Amino acid sequence: MSLTSLREQLKVLIDSMFTEGLLDQQFQQLQMLQDESSPGFVAEVIMLFCEDSERILAELAKLLDQPVVDFQKVDACVHQLKGSSASVGAQNVKLVCMQFRQCCEENNKEGCLNALDMVRRQYFHLNNKFGTMLQLEQSIQAYESKQQN
Amino acid sequence: MAVDAGAQFHVLAVDDSLMDRKLIERLLKTSSYQVTTVDSGSKALEFLGLREDHSPDHHEMEVNLVITDYCMPGMTGYDLLKKIKESSSLKDIPVVIMSSENVPSRINRCLEEGAEEFFLKPVQLSDVKRLRPHLLKGKSKDQQLQEEGKEVDSNTNAIISTSNNNNKSKKRKAMDEEIAPVRTRLRFSTGSLTIV
Repeated sequence: MSLTSLREQLKVLIDSMFTEGLLDQQFQQLQMLQDESSPGFVAEVIMLFCEDSERILAELAKLLDQPVVDFQKVDACVHQLKGSSASVGAQNVKLVCMQFRQCCEENNKEGCLNALDMVRRQYFHLNNKFGTMLQLEQSIQAYESKQQN
Repeated sequence: MAVDAGAQFHVLAVDDSLMDRKLIERLLKTSSYQVTTVDSGSKALEFLGLREDHSPDHHEMEVNLVITDYCMPGMTGYDLLKKIKESSSLKDIPVVIMSSENVPSRINRCLEEGAEEFFLKPVQLSDVKRLRPHLLKGKSKDQQLQEEGKEVDSNTNAIISTSNNNNKSKKRKAMDEEIAPVRTRLRFSTGSLTIV
């Protein structure tokens, strides 16, 4: 696999993520903040987002599994997830979080469970693509450092 | 004293989210600010309190601006803002609040309490550019005092003249222009002070 072809693959992947609505303009902001002095910035933020999200999703599952649901706690968790997704540019996840918060406000357990299911699916779909993105980036960087030597 | 010419202003960023701390740190560093991040309001106060004990000659340790998240467990950004503005030694440090929620009453409350700006998250590079005038304001106030050959007495906060130190203060002004801005409050002259 040539360097050009790897770069092309990465570009196609990221473009499709924007088109699909998985990513928004905030992700472009992150890309702009990455430079030679911080080459791993975007990857770092993505990884933090994934760690955060999976922790929060697990917490949400626990909270909604209670006989009496504490909707304030659920809302606080979703608020965190919404914040993280906004910071990384994860548009679809952010949008589902907004719907999720609506269900919390209505103390709607059924709605919350559905929203959790949706957010989980959106998150893992995104996580999958992020995984491919980071792998491609790593391959590209390995290629580039090899070329320099 | 070795000072990084690029690290003129020192910003203290407060946010309980690791992700957001990474982001704000990168935004601030991209704008050539020196950055310290902490994850809570109480740690921020600790950091600010500690700085007070250091000799002001350590310009690189001074905090020139605090930028804090609003929603944090324990001490909120608003609580932190209040504590800073209520402190005689810290009240002149500009404070900026960040929040992911656009709540007009919250914004007004913060501005009324003395916050310089209120940024909606996610914070953008264009927002960080708005910090500069607030940082420069703190610096020019000091320069004005220096030009007049005056300083602020540390005990009484009175402005006193340092007439026998005119040469020294001019030199310090030239240095300060390149190095770091000094707080407008405490200043210890190495020479003797004339108390008017």
